Amino acid sequence: MTTELLLKLPYFTVVVLTLLGLAAMIFKRNLIKILMGLSLMESAVNLFLVATGYRTGGVAPIFTNAPSPHMTLPTVQALTLTSIVIGVATSAMMLSFAMVIYKKYGTVDADKVKKLKG
Amino acid sequence: MMDTFVMRHLPALLIAVPLFAAFLMPLVGSLGPKVRSAWVFLGALATAAVGLALAGKVLATGTVLYVFGAAIPQQTLPPDAAFPIRIMFQVDALSALMVVIASLSSLGIAIYSLAAESKQSGLETFYAMLFLLIAGVLGMVATGDLFNFFVFLEISSLAGAALVAYRVDDGVAVEAGLKYALLSTVGALAVLTAIGILFAQYNALNLASLANRLQFTALDQVALVLLVVPLAMKCGAVPMHFWTPDTYATAPSSVTAFLVVSSQASLYGLFRILFTLYGHLVQFSWATFGWFLIVLGVLSMFVGVTMAIPQKDVKRLMAYHAVSQTGYMLLGVGVGLAVLGDADALAQYGKTAMAGGLFHVINHAMYKGLLFLTAGAVFYRAGTRNLNKLGGLGHDMPWTMVFFMIGALAIAGVPPFNGFASKLLIYESVFRFSPFLSIVAMLVSILTLASFVKVFHAMFLGPRRAEFAAVREVPAPMLAGMALLAVFVVVAGLAPQPFVDHLIVPAVDAVIDRAGYVAAILGGR
Amino acid sequence: MKMTKIVRTTADVFYPFCLVFGLYVVIHGHLTPGGGFQGGAVMATGAALLIVAHAYTDVTRRIRKTALKILEAIGLMMFLFAGLSGILFERPFMGNWMALTGKLFGTPVAHGPNPGDLNTAGLLPLLNLGVGIEVLGGLTIILLYMLSGIKEEKQP
Repeated sequence: MTTELLLKLPYFTVVVLTLLGLAAMIFKRNLIKILMGLSLMESAVNLFLVATGYRTGGVAPIFTNAPSPHMTLPTVQALTLTSIVIGVATSAMMLSFAMVIYKKYGTVDADKVKKLKG
Repeated sequence: MMDTFVMRHLPALLIAVPLFAAFLMPLVGSLGPKVRSAWVFLGALATAAVGLALAGKVLATGTVLYVFGAAIPQQTLPPDAAFPIRIMFQVDALSALMVVIASLSSLGIAIYSLAAESKQSGLETFYAMLFLLIAGVLGMVATGDLFNFFVFLEISSLAGAALVAYRVDDGVAVEAGLKYALLSTVGALAVLTAIGILFAQYNALNLASLANRLQFTALDQVALVLLVVPLAMKCGAVPMHFWTPDTYATAPSSVTAFLVVSSQASLYGLFRILFTLYGHLVQFSWATFGWFLIVLGVLSMFVGVTMAIPQKDVKRLMAYHAVSQTGYMLLGVGVGLAVLGDADALAQYGKTAMAGGLFHVINHAMYKGLLFLTAGAVFYRAGTRNLNKLGGLGHDMPWTMVFFMIGALAIAGVPPFNGFASKLLIYESVFRFSPFLSIVAMLVSILTLASFVKVFHAMFLGPRRAEFAAVREVPAPMLAGMALLAVFVVVAGLAPQPFVDHLIVPAVDAVIDRAGYVAAILGGR
Repeated sequence: MKMTKIVRTTADVFYPFCLVFGLYVVIHGHLTPGGGFQGGAVMATGAALLIVAHAYTDVTRRIRKTALKILEAIGLMMFLFAGLSGILFERPFMGNWMALTGKLFGTPVAHGPNPGDLNTAGLLPLLNLGVGIEVLGGLTIILLYMLSGIKEEKQP
């Protein structure tokens, strides 16, 4: 029973990370902290993807000097890698936007960055 | 010989050509403005040519398959397994329709941007991002692999957000770009979670392969919600439309015209998921999801047009109208989905409703793009988007006024422009499904006409104003870009039957024919 | 504000090691964990080390933005042309025409767990190299542009 629960541990972590990221995005007012929350959510989804690939007793899916031929799924790791790269590009772009907003508006408070209305 | 060499690899060239244009843009652009403009024009022309050639090939010979990295392009199944493992592009008639929209629109806006953005700095990056956005949209509609769809969705979202924030000025556009990027990323994370759930259960990413294996377990229902809601948000359906006015208003006008096409690509994704991936399941109630689309459509139509009426900023007004017109597309296709199980009703009015909805997709891209480009032309000369400050521009900008009139009459559904053709199809088929919905649609159309009459009067009619004394007509490239879209609006309105027969009806058949989509990949070798 | 001499010298000494390790991760992408993006990110971390240790003007005197943009374009072109070369050799886009042919990167791969041979996997090392060069250029440019947006602190 406990081993079953331990095997599900990554999924619990995913839920906790997602909730933390969502809380940061909703309740924080500093733009940088909102972007940190988004980054947390991205990590949660990446962890979820990798966790679905686990096979009991499997080793890392590398053929070079592998100890045994029973391996976890490599496809989800490729999906996760793509997602990480997209996350890097997105974070870089949104942080640059935050820097430009700070220069033009003088503040990074999300309540004050509201020139658009309607 | 050369002709068949290029024709065999058309789907790969569809992505490779705009990417090539984008990658070399920073280097070529630094050689001088004339070289840069020539590179942009050649790249847009080549992309449009490849897109139209691919669409022509699909409509003439059937679904085009292209497997990346196999021994021959059509080898969908590897020699020693029974399920597809590579990324493949599957261009059927519905994808061909979207490729035509994206190709025509990209050519028009590229020519338009050559003059409209000529006063800005950092143009190499602008055009590189523009070509990335075009490549992203073309990839989204041509791919047959779910994760590849996600990657292209992210590419087009990121490039779109960067383009929205292009004119920094006082930071308003950057704020809109940040909000757009934030919403797009959260939506894309939900889509990625859904893809992870589906892959973990069925070990397949290929759309046809997944459609074959899908059973409707509880996790699949979660994945369906996680897929449908972000895609509906990306195409601007109410109640997730709040990013639309800010983004469309502050982006450069040519970018806004292409963002309309980008949101329609998300609409394509929505239809692909609902019809092809989940469409055949016995437990899947067609009426429920049909009515879901119909409710979304009616809400979008109504909320869009009522929020458009009090707007002062002309591009915000047009953005709300874009939300409203998306409602028409959702309504038409929703009625088709609702009667998908009933073969009799389907033949009588279901297919016509879907044809109306899909014809409205291409018509909307053309006339809404035209309207945004005319708004951009007015902004280029007059320097403001505020309707209270504009006036009397018709004296000095006759061509822009004519193009605006064409676009406004098309969006209001007045014959002989293309809006009337698609709206008529929607009215008559939705009337047989539910008369109340048809009456709501016609009411929204009347309100749209009223709204645009007001805008036309405010912008172009009246005496010349003192502060606009120096206003002249816009430069030739901008007129050429607008003319390209206007020609389609007029031609498709005067002679809609060839378009409907050769472009739309095959698309409707492709949407309904789920078994054919699956058999093209799994049945062939 | 300048970092102390120890920090600057250590950064200068570590920077080539970062580059070499990043290139190792890139080249061995088809044998060990890593590949294009990961190796490129390690190389860009070396550049980040330099940016932290030295003042902005010193860094941009050594690492110019135009050189990085050219690197980025070269990497992207290498990737695209590797893909298009498949078309020239009668395969679809990105078809692996170099694998199992015995020439460059063409040694057949042994089945199952094996010590790993660098000369295998055809097109993949070239794609990895292209992506690695591009990521180095791209990430370093991001770092330099973000750095240029920060105002210099006044001397106390």
